[in-house]
Amino acid sequence: MAENIAITWRRIPERYRLAGTQCTTCKTKFFPPRKICSTCRRKGKIESFQFSGKGEIYSFSGVHSAPAGLELEIPYVLAIVQLVEGPKVTAQIVDCTENMVKFKDKVEFVFRKIRSDDPEGLIHYGYKFRLVK
Amino acid sequence: MRKVAIVGVGMTRFCEDWKRGFRDLVLEAGRKALEDAKLSGAEIDGMYCGTMAPGRLIAQEHAGALLADWMGLNPVPSTRVEAACASGGVALRSGFLAVASGYHDCVVVGGVEKMTDVPGADVVSALGGAGDQEWELFPGATFPGIYALMARRHMLDYGTTEEQMASVAVKNHLNGSKNKYAQYQNVITLDTVLKSKVVASPLKVFDCSPVTDGAAALVLMPLDKAKAHSEMPIEIVASAQASDTLALHDRKSLTSMRATEVASKKAYEMAKVTPKDISVAEVHDCFTIAEILAIEDLGFVKKGQGGPASEAGKTALNSDISINTSGGLKACGHPVGATGIKQAVEVTWQLRGQANGRQVEDCDIGLTHNVGGSGATAVVHIMKRAY
Repeated sequence: MAENIAITWRRIPERYRLAGTQCTTCKTKFFPPRKICSTCRRKGKIESFQFSGKGEIYSFSGVHSAPAGLELEIPYVLAIVQLVEGPKVTAQIVDCTENMVKFKDKVEFVFRKIRSDDPEGLIHYGYKFRLVK
Repeated sequence: MRKVAIVGVGMTRFCEDWKRGFRDLVLEAGRKALEDAKLSGAEIDGMYCGTMAPGRLIAQEHAGALLADWMGLNPVPSTRVEAACASGGVALRSGFLAVASGYHDCVVVGGVEKMTDVPGADVVSALGGAGDQEWELFPGATFPGIYALMARRHMLDYGTTEEQMASVAVKNHLNGSKNKYAQYQNVITLDTVLKSKVVASPLKVFDCSPVTDGAAALVLMPLDKAKAHSEMPIEIVASAQASDTLALHDRKSLTSMRATEVASKKAYEMAKVTPKDISVAEVHDCFTIAEILAIEDLGFVKKGQGGPASEAGKTALNSDISINTSGGLKACGHPVGATGIKQAVEVTWQLRGQANGRQVEDCDIGLTHNVGGSGATAVVHIMKRAY
């Protein structure tokens, strides 16, 4: 679905550099950034936290049937990456084919184009991951 | 809290129904349910309708009022209920609560989705709304992709195989072949599934439920009044619902749905039964892996045994436990908002002994299990004969 400029602009810190939050009471890290800790609730204290962008493959799939806007990308590798700081994130794994990916493979953040709305529309950028050789 | 009974059920044939629209589908299902309950309609004092995405699929919101209007039921209060693919099940729970509380005496609960009036890509993107738009769909997840991530992890953790998942689709098509309301009434083989096109590995086309038009409806009354309207009232002995994170990646485990575990545990306690007492269950098999997760999380088999149990035929009609006798979402079809209601229609027919050609023998207690998204909502109902 096409996104308006405001939502893209609003999400720049998270999408461009994995900016998250942490609860300083229980030390849980959140990506995407949450503003309430479900463990500590009102006793929790939320502060910004910058993720390193390093993680490993938790699960993966080769997507062969594209959602609108990603038709030219298929087949692409979709994965849940477990970041070294704890949280898991859904993202594409780039510069590889599905048969090169295994569970627990080390990956790192890369900044890439995610999609564009139409030839003259907004280009959305964000995080993807690549295998660490 | 009053006891609540189903006194009437009805549904449309599930299919790609080019000739009929949203309103026609609900009207047919509602009329059949009222006829089944031998009611004129004047008795109805409340209405709930589950529908997930009419705004995206037919550019129409305000579905509650629309349906009361076109069913000729004004000024009865009518509420649209939305919980993605669990919209129907949550609508049933809303109707149940309204009757149990004593506020309403005769409630129609419907479920509907008209999915074939827009191009396929628009359906895919509307259904994507069941997941986390900003943190799953935007980065490139699709709904089959999300369930594929669960399937891969289940294969890693428990040794589940693609053949075991395929056996779920084969069984559900066999059940669907015995149901005249099912979208697909053709029998398939393991090869049909295994050789079908990959959608999101390891899931193939035949691991996925289809795009369907359809509606289903129920009439609910307090049990003490139900006996005057129905020779075969079916009591809803438990209704339970639970929530979990919208995004799959935020869960501790990808291989069990906590919302299903919590809702079913509550439902078994409320009904004072155990999984062993259930004769028939309609579970949420939007993908074959989802049925494997469901039978594990509902306690019918041990965690990790869903694949082998399916492959061994333990969930087939009249085996250990008859799962998805309607054909499930896979073969009966999945008009999203209608599914949770259709499950209750099928279980009612089974308990009444009216499931022609697919009747479960000695069918005493039935269960329905409806999931929203990848497990962010789960709703479980347990039913038994009240005659």
